[in-house]
Amino acid sequence: MILSKNFLKDYVDIDENIDIKTLAEDMTRVGNEYDSAEKLVPATKLVIGNVLECTDHPDSDHLHCCRVDIGTEVAKIVCGAPNVRAGIKVIVALPGAELPGDVTIKAGVIRGEESNGMICALYEIGIDKKFLSEEDKNGIHILPEDAPVGKNPIEYLKLDDEVVDFELTANRGDLLSILGMAYEVAAIYDKPVKQINLSHNELGEDLNKSFSVKVNTENCSLFLARKALNVTIKESPDFIKNRLIASGIRPINNVVDISNYVMLECGQPLHFYDADRLGNVIETRMAKPSEKLTTLDGIERDLEDTDIVISDGTRAIGLAGVMGGLDTEIEETTKNVLIEAAIFDSVKVRKTSKKIVRSEASNRFEKGLDPNRTYMAMERAVKLLEEYADATIQTGTVVYDKTDKAEKKIDITANDINSLLGTNLTVPDAIDVFRRLNFVSSLDGDVITVSVPTRRMDISIKEDLIEEVGRIYGVDNIEGKLPVSPIKLGYVDKTDREIRNKMVSLGLNETLSYILINDKNVHQYTNDKFEELRLSDPMTEERNTLRYSLIPSLYKIYEYNKARYIKDVCLFEIGKGFWKKEGQYGEDKKLCALMTGEYYLGIDNKKNVDFYIIKGVAEEVLDYLGYGNRYSFVLPKETLKEFHSGQVAEINVNGEVVGVVGRIHPEISKEPVFVLEINLDKLLAKKVGKMKFKDISIYPTVNKDIAVILDKDITSDEISKVIKKAAGSLLVSSKLFDVYINPILGNKKSVAYSLTFGSNSKTLTDEEINPIVEKVIESLEKNFGAELRK
Amino acid sequence: MKEKIEEIRKVAKEKIEEIQNLQELQDLKVKLLGKKSELSNLLKGLGTLSQEERPKVGSLVNEARNEIEQKIQSAEAILKEKAMAQKLEKEKIDITAPSTKITRGSKHPINRVIEEIQDIFVSMGYDVVEGPELETDEFCFERLNLPQGHPARDMQDSFYITEEYLLRTQTSAVQARTMIANEEKSPIRMICTGKTYRREDDATHSHQFNQVEGLVIDYKEKNTSLADLKGTLEVFMRKMLGPNTQLRFRPSYFPFTEPSYEVDVTCFKCGGKGCPLCKKTGWIELLGSGMVHPRVLEMNGYDPEKYSGFAFGTGIDRLAMFKYGITDMRYLYTNDVRFLSQFDRKDEN
Repeated sequence: MILSKNFLKDYVDIDENIDIKTLAEDMTRVGNEYDSAEKLVPATKLVIGNVLECTDHPDSDHLHCCRVDIGTEVAKIVCGAPNVRAGIKVIVALPGAELPGDVTIKAGVIRGEESNGMICALYEIGIDKKFLSEEDKNGIHILPEDAPVGKNPIEYLKLDDEVVDFELTANRGDLLSILGMAYEVAAIYDKPVKQINLSHNELGEDLNKSFSVKVNTENCSLFLARKALNVTIKESPDFIKNRLIASGIRPINNVVDISNYVMLECGQPLHFYDADRLGNVIETRMAKPSEKLTTLDGIERDLEDTDIVISDGTRAIGLAGVMGGLDTEIEETTKNVLIEAAIFDSVKVRKTSKKIVRSEASNRFEKGLDPNRTYMAMERAVKLLEEYADATIQTGTVVYDKTDKAEKKIDITANDINSLLGTNLTVPDAIDVFRRLNFVSSLDGDVITVSVPTRRMDISIKEDLIEEVGRIYGVDNIEGKLPVSPIKLGYVDKTDREIRNKMVSLGLNETLSYILINDKNVHQYTNDKFEELRLSDPMTEERNTLRYSLIPSLYKIYEYNKARYIKDVCLFEIGKGFWKKEGQYGEDKKLCALMTGEYYLGIDNKKNVDFYIIKGVAEEVLDYLGYGNRYSFVLPKETLKEFHSGQVAEINVNGEVVGVVGRIHPEISKEPVFVLEINLDKLLAKKVGKMKFKDISIYPTVNKDIAVILDKDITSDEISKVIKKAAGSLLVSSKLFDVYINPILGNKKSVAYSLTFGSNSKTLTDEEINPIVEKVIESLEKNFGAELRK
Repeated sequence: MKEKIEEIRKVAKEKIEEIQNLQELQDLKVKLLGKKSELSNLLKGLGTLSQEERPKVGSLVNEARNEIEQKIQSAEAILKEKAMAQKLEKEKIDITAPSTKITRGSKHPINRVIEEIQDIFVSMGYDVVEGPELETDEFCFERLNLPQGHPARDMQDSFYITEEYLLRTQTSAVQARTMIANEEKSPIRMICTGKTYRREDDATHSHQFNQVEGLVIDYKEKNTSLADLKGTLEVFMRKMLGPNTQLRFRPSYFPFTEPSYEVDVTCFKCGGKGCPLCKKTGWIELLGSGMVHPRVLEMNGYDPEKYSGFAFGTGIDRLAMFKYGITDMRYLYTNDVRFLSQFDRKDEN
């Protein structure tokens, strides 16, 4: 809502020393934010000039050399406008003048001719072209002949206004009017609000005898109709035009302008019909199936049964609250005007306007209207039509009214206010705030009963009134303190944080990726069965579906970096994956990592990332979270088609698959890229025991190395299991330290293990250990046909 | 005899002085003092001497022996020192050469700020609560006093999956969940941090962003008031943005609080003097807050006659951008490794 200060001053006196910025800031403090607060015409150093002489510039095909009387002197000015000529009054920007767009006028020489100023068009001094006539859009502004030379043209044109562009909150529909603004400003500065002038004459037979209003939908609660006869369509007086321009509305003609002017004043949108193109009835109803209407803008609209329409009894002639129809609009030839002032359902108007157009009118309907203002606006409109369009107002208003116009009464005490605001206000303090707001209140004991005017539809409960007190009393006057309550430790589950720290310590960079991905990626990297979750109205097809796995998100980030020649990429993220399974919606927290390129290790220095490195990362996390001996890496039961079939494993914890680790299929990425994903919700649901001290043996351990040759396909896991089982409880650890594969071994490989034995109760001797080693070798022979390498 | 001993001493001294390494010294020691050494032979031959001469020669030999031993010892000490010096010299490296690199990871700035916020509130007795990102219309809007068709829903253009399910537009959804989940209706002090989604994407808005939400509910007789909300947000913002940060509460409108306030903080770029970031106002709009609306309490099982409280929320992305001087919001989500890897150290204290 753009507020014109001149317009506002019709209804409330503002001290001269309150400039527009102060007004805007003071409004902000009571909850009404603004975007800008400035002069309507920000240009400086303008005077009215009289063009005495105008000749063609000797060195140009379009410039003119003018001699302009500016009151104090006759100035030489070069002007390029096509409509400049001798004998006209013009707006002159003097040297030093500042014009919008950071333009400063300087005295100078233009192609050899002296020029001490600029003759201006209206758009050059700050009036938007959309408000201007064709002539003004294309040339300088020609002032009337009576314009006083040497005086300020802004004042002469009555454009000396200041405007604030407010960003209002959704609940304050009442501020979408000059009157509403006046009440707000009056409360801030403790001033009275002036009465609106509604007086007019009425003539002729009561309209109710010849015209009727039918309402056939519950979505219209109030409908008023009046007639203004024999209007003269002409240009509006300056004050109406200027106030419309200041408020951002293009002036058209006096009749149309009055409907907009009254809407700005009272907040009630009106609609004017050419009465001669209507019959003797007007109807409000919901649109019929496949009904059509050509709106003011010339577009034929297909209507739906959620659209409220105005009809002449046979066909739709307007979309209620949104846009009128082309057939019944006010034209230059219109003689008689039917005025509609109505209240339509805000939700329905919102729905219709959303698909057609958001307008000044629809915005007001959507926020809700005060029925008392509907009546006021109707009276104000006929008053102005009588005064500025020479209309004769026909007696009588046709009324359909189902609204409740009673004022709400709310009881409140000083204690209610103080306990919510943390203030120490007295009853008189509170009553004074209500008085400033123009709310009538009465006191009975401790209880203040406040009558809330119907314009303030946002106030319905005690807390709303407390907010009013807080606003006008001033939040800045409330001292901050901390809530008093028993000391209690706050709780935060730090698991995510610990995992994050672990991953960071392993050298991975944390990402924050978008959860919205393309539907073609949503089933990748998993064989889980789920229904994908698509957005019903995505912004782009690229992001139309919620991810299930985080891998597609991280892979995108890898590609982004690769395109920027970054080869070493080690990423991780903890985030959500979403699904619908058997009709249930849900989400899981997942840990995902992606690694490729070189990875620097402490001892071996740099190494190209391979399966074993990312597997190591997975183990680090699982070990750190306490799942030490409870996991295994197993071949996937079903092919995971986005993975390299020979370098992929499912992570199994206590018999349940909780994640996957592997190399992305070479068809997707030629470069070796490795990924890891663990479903943290699944994993962390498995309880972990307390961290507990284990006694440290004081006896030395003994190492024995063995090397065996066995089939290539026998996995390290299988070998380890056999070794552990055969070695028994004295085995502290077994480490694979060498794998040798060579064509000379055919289908076999040589593996070497370092076995460490120890006991908590004694030093082990060769006599005790050698038989165990023998047993291990025998067991390997028996299970795998292994032969000892000597 | 005496001359002979004297001669041995002299020769030994010279030889010891000539020795250059420990092994030679060891060999010399054997030669001079070993079982087959001249001195040993002299001692062995003592028997052949007269009763009278025996002690004299014996003491002379021992004297010579002790002296040689001492000389060897000191020579050994010098040689050892020299050898160590040589060894150290040999092992000398260029300490300015590049170190053995260990890959260093980094934590995303958003999560750094989230952790910081969590710590601030945990220290004030708040629990950190999580809620689903895929929310129902009921929890995201209805239970927060935002019925269907409410104009305030326009402020939050949403990503719907179905008519019922959507990506949460605000962490406020967790308010309702926390109240419902609290079966004994005991006082609540919680914050929730996390991802939120709105259907907008431009230079200053990402369709995915992060918020923190706070909720305090207590028995009415505790008089939890706007003053408490102000105090709490002052602590929060001064901890995040610096001790000189001023707060400005502006009455505003949110359907789930009444009264409602938008909170501006001193512009973090210009310190309140006015600059392009704060549109020359000196203030940056940062939080939404207010006293919990009685209808919200009621709809979520807290009797508004018995309980009252406050709630607040703010965007984390902007806090992170300010804290680390990040100039473009898009950096937060493009995940360029050259961006991510900058956040690889401990923050200041």
